[in-house]
Amino acid sequence: MSDGQALLEIRGLTAGYGGAAVIESIDMDVAPNEVRIIVGPNGAGKSTLLKSVLSMTTRLAGTIRFKGQDITGLPTPALVPLGIAAVPQTRNVFPTLSVAENLDVGTYAAPRADPRRMLERVYELFPDLKAKRKQAAGELSGGQRQMVALGRALMSDPALLLLDEPTAGLSPVYLERIFDLILNIRQTGVTVVMVEQNARQALRIADIGTVLVGGRHYISGHGQALLANDDVRRSFLGGGVAA
Amino acid sequence: MMVFINLYLIPALALGSIYALGAVGISMIYGILRFSHFAHGDVMTIGAYGTFSAVWAFGLHPLLALPFGIALAVAIALLADRAFYRPLRKLPTIYAVIASFGVALMIRSLVQLIWGPQNQVFQVGARMPLVFFDSLRISSLHLQAFGITLGLAAALQWFLSRTRTGRSMRAVSDDPDLASVAGLDPERVIRWTWIIGASLAATAGVLAGMDTQIHANMGWNLLLAMFASALLGGIGKPMGAVAGGFLIGLAEELSTYPWIGTESLVSPSYKSAVAFVIMVLVLLFRPQGLMRGRLL
Repeated sequence: MSDGQALLEIRGLTAGYGGAAVIESIDMDVAPNEVRIIVGPNGAGKSTLLKSVLSMTTRLAGTIRFKGQDITGLPTPALVPLGIAAVPQTRNVFPTLSVAENLDVGTYAAPRADPRRMLERVYELFPDLKAKRKQAAGELSGGQRQMVALGRALMSDPALLLLDEPTAGLSPVYLERIFDLILNIRQTGVTVVMVEQNARQALRIADIGTVLVGGRHYISGHGQALLANDDVRRSFLGGGVAA
Repeated sequence: MMVFINLYLIPALALGSIYALGAVGISMIYGILRFSHFAHGDVMTIGAYGTFSAVWAFGLHPLLALPFGIALAVAIALLADRAFYRPLRKLPTIYAVIASFGVALMIRSLVQLIWGPQNQVFQVGARMPLVFFDSLRISSLHLQAFGITLGLAAALQWFLSRTRTGRSMRAVSDDPDLASVAGLDPERVIRWTWIIGASLAATAGVLAGMDTQIHANMGWNLLLAMFASALLGGIGKPMGAVAGGFLIGLAEELSTYPWIGTESLVSPSYKSAVAFVIMVLVLLFRPQGLMRGRLL
């Protein structure tokens, strides 16, 4: 894809924690309305890459642009008004706030979002949440919490949604649901960048998959193509036979 | 029975009101800024003195002059945050705790410098209690303290659950990192925490001063009981702190009632030890407090 149309452009990004780099010289372009899945072995720096986009790591080099605007080093809260929403892997709901309050908080930093319309959309995507809207989010099951977290992020009407392992620790039933939801969310014009442990299943819904190894970019390509790539399959997807 | 109500129960609720208003601030500040604010008692003191000046300058009733005291207490709290706590925000919170000791001493010295070391009173002259049903004697001040505290607690509860700012405060208290990812500005939430905490502290200071007198150490002397109240209620739970304040107030006052024989069960001069004992017991056996607050 040409540079001009990328929604998110990462150039030469080296970042980590303290002075130590976890990811090195990462280049990545994400096109509008793409579903990008980032896979790779444990410790490959997948989450660090997402957190770096959110200014939650120490950046040692590189730039990040969103819609052509340089967002490198902007404070985390300043990204939401620009149209970037994120769901961390763990601790991604406000446990003492009710489901409805969690969703409401999602709109506070997004001046463009119409809370009532967004709430309708979120309840449409997650009908279960409507019945539980008065319940404290901390009392919900892991899968339901993930729905609240996704809903909260969507309430800001983002252009870009960053998801850090949204299926971690969830049952296979929820895993399928989350993947379906992500495709649904994309239908509404949202670009999704997602880190995923369940690489096999995730790459099936990916437009583009990116494999990170040891903090470096290893290969990117169409999801299906990566799944068919023997080298990738053997080294990173576990086992040699496609499921 | 009437002696119990008139001389123990009613004063206990009035004392509990003061603890409750102070403890709410301590609890919220801990919930959002993650440190024990040892200058909170002195914020109370400066609120009482600010009100005191307005009382004598404009001839107002202390409760009408209270907005001046609140304004002064809020200004001092915001100033202390900007100058001392904010630069320490990224460091372990023990730095802010120690800094708050320093702020406490600074405020107290400032009070003595401006208003002098002697005791002051809001109003001169004795006040007659209101008499109900011939035998129920309630000082109107105690009634006011109780009513004001319940009213403010209800207003705070409404604010925290219904307004954007209130919900943002609860969100930051729950998880500051996630709040940041959700786009909430932590500094704005912190500012509101000081505004609310200092306002309630100033109100408590004035109520305490109206009950007896005001002096430079008044807030500091109440600090332990307020911490015990916040802890008993569950740190980070404002309504827990209100309940904790009333419980500590009741425990202190009722411990001096002659439950056995004719002597006070606990000598009145030791009653503040009751708050301390409760605090230690809570820490040992129910550190999350009554309302499942944060662990220290």
